[in-house]
Amino acid sequence: MGGEAYLNLGKPNNGGTKLFSVSGHVNRPGNYEVPMGTPFAKLLEMAGGMRGGRKLKAVIPGGSSAPVLPADVMMDCTMDYDSIAKAGSMLGSGAVIVMDETVCMVKALERLSYFYFEESCGQCTPCREGSGWLYRVVHRIEHGQGRPEDLDLLNRVTDNMMGKTICALADAAAFPVRSFIKHFKSEFEYHIENKKCLVDPEVQRMGSGFFKAGAA
Amino acid sequence: MVEIEIDGKTLQVAEGSTIIEAAHQLGTYIPHFCYHKKLSIAANCRMCLVQVEKAPKPMPACATPVTNGMKVFTHSELAVKAQKAVMEFLLINHPLDCPICDQGGECQLQDLAVGYGESASKYEEEKRVVPDKDLGPLVSTDMTRCINCTRCIRFTAEIAGFMELGQSYRGERAEVMPFIGKTVDTELSGNIIDLCPVGALTSKPFRFSARTWELSRRKSVSPHDGLGSNLIVQTKHDKVMRVLPLENEDINECWLTDKERFSYQGLNSPERLTKPMVKQGGEWKEVDWSVALDYAAHALRDVAKTHGGGAIGGLLSPHATLEEMYLAQKLLRGLGSENIDFRLRQSDFSADGKRKGAPWLGMKIADIGRLDRVLVVGSFLRKDHPLIAQRLRQSAKRGAQVSILHSADDDLLIKLAARAIAAPSQLPAILAQVVKAVCAIKGVAADTAVAGVTVSADAQAIAQSLASGSRAAVLLGNFAQQHPQATTLHALGRQLASALGGSFGFLGEAANSVGGYVAKAVSGAAGLNAAAMLKDPRQAYVVVGAEPELDCADGAQALAALAKAAAVVVLSPFRSQAMLDYAAVLLPVSPFSETSGTFVNTEGRVQSFFAATKPLGEARPAWKVLRVLGNLLEQAGFNYNSSEDVRAEALGGQPEFASGLDNGIDGVALNLASTVGGLERLADVPIHFADSLSRRAPALQLAADSVAPSARMSAALLAKLGVAAGDKVKVGAGATVTVTLAARLDAGLPDGVVRIAAAHADTAALGAMSSVLSVEKA
Ligand code: SF4
Ligand code: SF4
Ligand code: FES
Repeated sequence: MGGEAYLNLGKPNNGGTKLFSVSGHVNRPGNYEVPMGTPFAKLLEMAGGMRGGRKLKAVIPGGSSAPVLPADVMMDCTMDYDSIAKAGSMLGSGAVIVMDETVCMVKALERLSYFYFEESCGQCTPCREGSGWLYRVVHRIEHGQGRPEDLDLLNRVTDNMMGKTICALADAAAFPVRSFIKHFKSEFEYHIENKKCLVDPEVQRMGSGFFKAGAA
Repeated sequence: MVEIEIDGKTLQVAEGSTIIEAAHQLGTYIPHFCYHKKLSIAANCRMCLVQVEKAPKPMPACATPVTNGMKVFTHSELAVKAQKAVMEFLLINHPLDCPICDQGGECQLQDLAVGYGESASKYEEEKRVVPDKDLGPLVSTDMTRCINCTRCIRFTAEIAGFMELGQSYRGERAEVMPFIGKTVDTELSGNIIDLCPVGALTSKPFRFSARTWELSRRKSVSPHDGLGSNLIVQTKHDKVMRVLPLENEDINECWLTDKERFSYQGLNSPERLTKPMVKQGGEWKEVDWSVALDYAAHALRDVAKTHGGGAIGGLLSPHATLEEMYLAQKLLRGLGSENIDFRLRQSDFSADGKRKGAPWLGMKIADIGRLDRVLVVGSFLRKDHPLIAQRLRQSAKRGAQVSILHSADDDLLIKLAARAIAAPSQLPAILAQVVKAVCAIKGVAADTAVAGVTVSADAQAIAQSLASGSRAAVLLGNFAQQHPQATTLHALGRQLASALGGSFGFLGEAANSVGGYVAKAVSGAAGLNAAAMLKDPRQAYVVVGAEPELDCADGAQALAALAKAAAVVVLSPFRSQAMLDYAAVLLPVSPFSETSGTFVNTEGRVQSFFAATKPLGEARPAWKVLRVLGNLLEQAGFNYNSSEDVRAEALGGQPEFASGLDNGIDGVALNLASTVGGLERLADVPIHFADSLSRRAPALQLAADSVAPSARMSAALLAKLGVAAGDKVKVGAGATVTVTLAARLDAGLPDGVVRIAAAHADTAALGAMSSVLSVEKA
């Protein structure tokens, strides 16, 4: 097709196509190659729409290290670098993680933080020490041991990690924490105050892939 | 040069420098942990983050190269915030129990936490605990305190030459550890204690015995190998508690060998002599100094009167100070004896009278790093001269080609360009081959004596490597100097160096191997050298600092000669059973830490030091004892007021370098004979058995290098003898003596060679270091 034609598939500054690996609460998770600038709504549709017809809650648009975006912001985005960056995240690897209303954002973050805690190679002090600190605090909140000052603490720790390491893993560990707290602060606050998830655990279980809709 | 600005100050720095180096040039301190000037850059601790103009993020000063016009801010808000952030992270999992940490008071983390840390921790989660590791008898661990800076790891890999430590697991669980079931065994291992910025690695012998602020510090000089490492001797209540390196880029850089670091334990050995003793009617009696000195003076005077001065022999330790050696030789010459020697392990003295000066390194120690081709002849280099080996290791990494001609193929942890490993008796012939081959390559005429040799492939390879460079040196190690054809090796080494247009030198075995010559502590033309005065026993001996049964080329012969003598006057810091048997009087003298004195190192550098502590018990500095003996014997010129007076007389002033250093020799006939007929003994002097002090340092004696001597042989020889590694073998030397040792496989040995360590009680009976042995299954 030629370079020029390929470039023109996308939109200015975001030429060509991109492969997206859509995972999470969609009916047809998989890899989709679409022109840059394709509306997220279109991509979601290609992936079969939301599983069980449930409501979209949040999307991590560019791999687990990309800041999470709430549903309404995401639905206004097109899948290209500029649009996602403008919305405060990044297109990153193109691994799109779709989360529906059955998701507890604290639990989701706990899982992400655990991943980074485990993945840190341990060379750099901020990442080696910070990733464990983040995970432990989020873990505590998720398990009903949160304290009101924890959210500020998490923000401060991430601030201290970012931009201070050899590779980008420390930033990668920090972004989810910051964005989850930024966009879903009330959910974290609820968790801290009530020592339980805002989303009922039963509902969470319903949403999990292990409990097929209707089987419960 | 590039111009940069640090905190508003402009400076010129060499291209390729890092910000931290530039800052040091300016005297600006940037906090750091993982950075160390002698190690590769790791940039993992992130403590050194600084602000660089136009950089969006703080940059690690240790890893960021300077560029022209760069503006660096080490104390800006961004920089300080980053530094404080890193400090907080470093501390969250740190025990913060400095009062029970051995590093407390001398901890980089503690120091920097004062400047960059908060007073209370915001970390309220569970802290990491890391299991301790067994790194051997010298280094203790408290791994929970480790901040994963990897300095210790980089040290083992880069300086010591073998990565004995590494990091296992990842992230927060990352742990520094040795190989499974292994310890840290290099001869330089103690340096990781200094390098560790926290209390994770501490000195096993020292830990918890004193706090840094309780210790007084004295500069001193290592009494061990010829390098003359500079020391800081730390004392408490007149007891040496610890020895640390005093940085001297020209000598030991910032390192010490384990021997230099831990031998101080021997200073407080239960075998210290603390009272003068005389033997009367076969019984030892503790007596006053005046009685002992009178006794010694009388004994010597009597022998001199009855048998002539030549009936007295003087055996001086090459680890004795210049002042001690000088006074001892003066005393002996005053008694009419020319039988004086400090070269106790030497066996070929045919260069005596033909030398142009004192044999020395032939260059400055620092110049070793500038050589591009080096041949080391006859040396257990890594154990005999660990820090010179270290310098050559770094040179080899920079591209210098190092080759070795020796009788053992021990791993030097240096990338070798070429090597020839052959039985001791073959070394002169092979060196002659190298000379011939180099002369051929260089198109210069070779000595007629070497013209007849056939050049082997190994010799050719060494020659080719040597001839391909521009700054070559030939260095003769301890083994070459102890070799029965040492003079031939000396002469050939010089010929080789001159054909290469390079330098030639000796790696000094002991602290005063050069100093002994400077002090004239060698036999005069009419006198007997160390070997001769033992072979042909004297009526009396004066022994200064030595244990001849372990320190001489033929310990058994030494012991026999001493036992036969009518009077043996021993000046020694230690006593031993052997000494009690052969001596008539024991004069307790100070080891290096309790006396002022001087060592002249292998490069001829005159290094004086003061006493670090008072003498133990009634021990006295040997120079004072010798002075009084001189007075008692009514010798002229023994009225020194200080050791400085003695030094001034011995050196004719106070030079930085000794004069009269010259490796030239005239008119020696080469002896290329190599027929031995039998199994040749290869005797190494194990690093921690080499002198009386290290022999008595308990921790060193537990180190991997201090294993009991064995009979090491090639696989072929083991097979030929029908013994398996581990079997006991009876080793015989001469008609009567046999010693039972375990046989061991040493794949690096040439066939026909049995390697049995010297300087050890288990093997002393075997006699000469160079000998023909019989070996059979026990
Ligand atoms: S930032 Fe990268 S290099 Fe540094 S510890 Fe984390 S994973 Fe390792
Ligand atoms: S043990 Fe000490 S030197 Fe080694 S990595 Fe840990 S803190 Fe650094
Ligand atoms: S000193 Fe620069 S990162 Fe450790």
